[in-house]
Amino acid sequence: MKTIHEPLVQVRDLRVRFVSKDATVHAVNGIDFDLDSHETLCVLGESGSGKSVMLRSLMRLNPPNKTVISGTLRVNGQDLVTATERQLSDLRGRVVSMIFQEPMTALDPVFKIGKQIAETIIRHEGISRAEADKRALDLLELVQIPSAKERLNAYPFEMSGGLRQRAMIAIALACKPKLLLADEPTTALDATVQIQILLLLRKLQKELGMGVIFVTHDLGVAGEIADRIAVMYAGRFIEEGPTSELMRSPLHPYTQGLLGATVHPGMRGSRLITIPGAPPNLEHLKEGCAFAPRCSKAQSICLNQTPKTMQTSPGRSARCVLLASAT
Amino acid sequence: MIFYLLRRILYTIPIALGVSLICFMLVHIAPGDPINAIAPPDAPLDVVAQLKHEYGLDKPLPVQFSIWLIHVAQGDLGHSLVTGRSVWEELKDAIGNTLRLSLVAATIGFFLGSVFGATAAAFRGTWIDRTLVALAVTGVSLPHYWLGMVLVVIFAVLLNILPAMGAGPGGMAWIWDWEHMQFLILPAVTLSAIPMGIITRTVRGIVVEVLNQDFVTTLRGKGLLKSHIFTHVLKNVAPSASAVMGLQLGYLMGGSILVETVFSWPGTGLLLNNAIFQRDIPMLQGTILVLAMLFVSLNLIVDLIQTTLDPRIKRS
Repeated sequence: MKTIHEPLVQVRDLRVRFVSKDATVHAVNGIDFDLDSHETLCVLGESGSGKSVMLRSLMRLNPPNKTVISGTLRVNGQDLVTATERQLSDLRGRVVSMIFQEPMTALDPVFKIGKQIAETIIRHEGISRAEADKRALDLLELVQIPSAKERLNAYPFEMSGGLRQRAMIAIALACKPKLLLADEPTTALDATVQIQILLLLRKLQKELGMGVIFVTHDLGVAGEIADRIAVMYAGRFIEEGPTSELMRSPLHPYTQGLLGATVHPGMRGSRLITIPGAPPNLEHLKEGCAFAPRCSKAQSICLNQTPKTMQTSPGRSARCVLLASAT
Repeated sequence: MIFYLLRRILYTIPIALGVSLICFMLVHIAPGDPINAIAPPDAPLDVVAQLKHEYGLDKPLPVQFSIWLIHVAQGDLGHSLVTGRSVWEELKDAIGNTLRLSLVAATIGFFLGSVFGATAAAFRGTWIDRTLVALAVTGVSLPHYWLGMVLVVIFAVLLNILPAMGAGPGGMAWIWDWEHMQFLILPAVTLSAIPMGIITRTVRGIVVEVLNQDFVTTLRGKGLLKSHIFTHVLKNVAPSASAVMGLQLGYLMGGSILVETVFSWPGTGLLLNNAIFQRDIPMLQGTILVLAMLFVSLNLIVDLIQTTLDPRIKRS
């Protein structure tokens, strides 16, 4: 029987490896999640947790000759694992778009902003240059770039970081995508500009009804924008849940550690608790909980067996043996 | 922009002065005397002294240089000590021939270099890349007078399908027909080997660098097709590549002495070669000055092209 409702994004046991002559890096090691349109999922993790790789694989943007991908990956009803390069390029920028971390380097330095927006529209909708230019102007106004008309003819180096990131968002939204992927879009920006960009993204997401997957290492950013948060560690989701619940009562020791290592108002004077150690090397994938070597609550079983995802309540789950013993 | 141009044109004056002075001094440091080239070896001493006086070679060097300079400022490059012809008359034809040779060689070298370089970058790390890079290194490393002689042996002597030397029938008059162009093929191919190698390596380097930049991922993420991404890469590569090409073209014009000598191509290189061996000072000075000016103006043109290609470079 066919399901009546298929989610916008359906990911089952997604695995991504980078294979080269010298080493194999297991960047993503079995991820499952669904995302509906109108929904914002925030993927939280430190550098090297595989979050950007996971995000890029949602439009198969990782370097094609080195990447090995397996599992189920469906976006808007289309299977991305078996899709051809041509099908993928039709999908990219039209159904799925991405905003990158560094607005300076992610834009072509020798092309005008207007042209960089218009070429996406022309590619996917085949309209005339004049019409595309008009759409580009509307988009710059949509992302609230002041004196948009002049900016159409500006080069990226003539704009500030915040404006460039707005232009990047305009490019991503050019063909009204159903799914927007954001790879730490505010990390390279000043704090005041960060919040403006976040508010803009939230507003646009509501207006356009997109599904959004937002990758960040910043808990504050996640709390600001997400409906749900997934915490990623060593290529796996180790905890997932609605934003407020997950922030209030984290289940996994790693999440607890992350929240403990964040500065809140009213904490002045008290000592900040940090997580000791560093994330594991993903070249050698071992059986067992990847976080166990750094975990203060680790038991012998943690080192021998990779914990299964345990659901504690609808929408909340975590990969930790402590949950099994608690219930 | 106008001021920038004016400033750059004014810069050429000290460059011209410096080049002329150094060249003048070098000629006089080298052993040998221009008179030896004109007068028979057994000429009596008073005849030699008479000749020296007539050509002004008995005056102190600074005075000689100043006299030459004053004449040049008035547009007079003087007369050859050997042939007695006006230096400018000889140069005019030679420059035409050198330009013809170096432009054809540059076209071959730059075209092959760009294609090889871009291909190597697109297939970087594979055997295609390694083969093309090896070819480039070979092109740069081969001494081109040797390559010229080998080509002559193969195509002129053994196969007898191309002429070995000269610039074709009809003396100096050049026509773009097969009868003349067949003389151009061997020297042009010989001369194109070095720029081919250098442009291959340069273009490969720049293209690899551009392909590694984040914006290429953005372009893929927008769903652009390969051909479209290629135009983006091309526009990013063009400014730096054209700068290197401009310099290479300059070297080709000034540096074809050996190749022109091997093929007896009647250009500035051959002229220089003869002038050096005969200590023909006015000829030497005039040729070097004109070549230096060509090089400087070529650099200016390259800079201007770069400005139009890359919006990040502003001239004001």
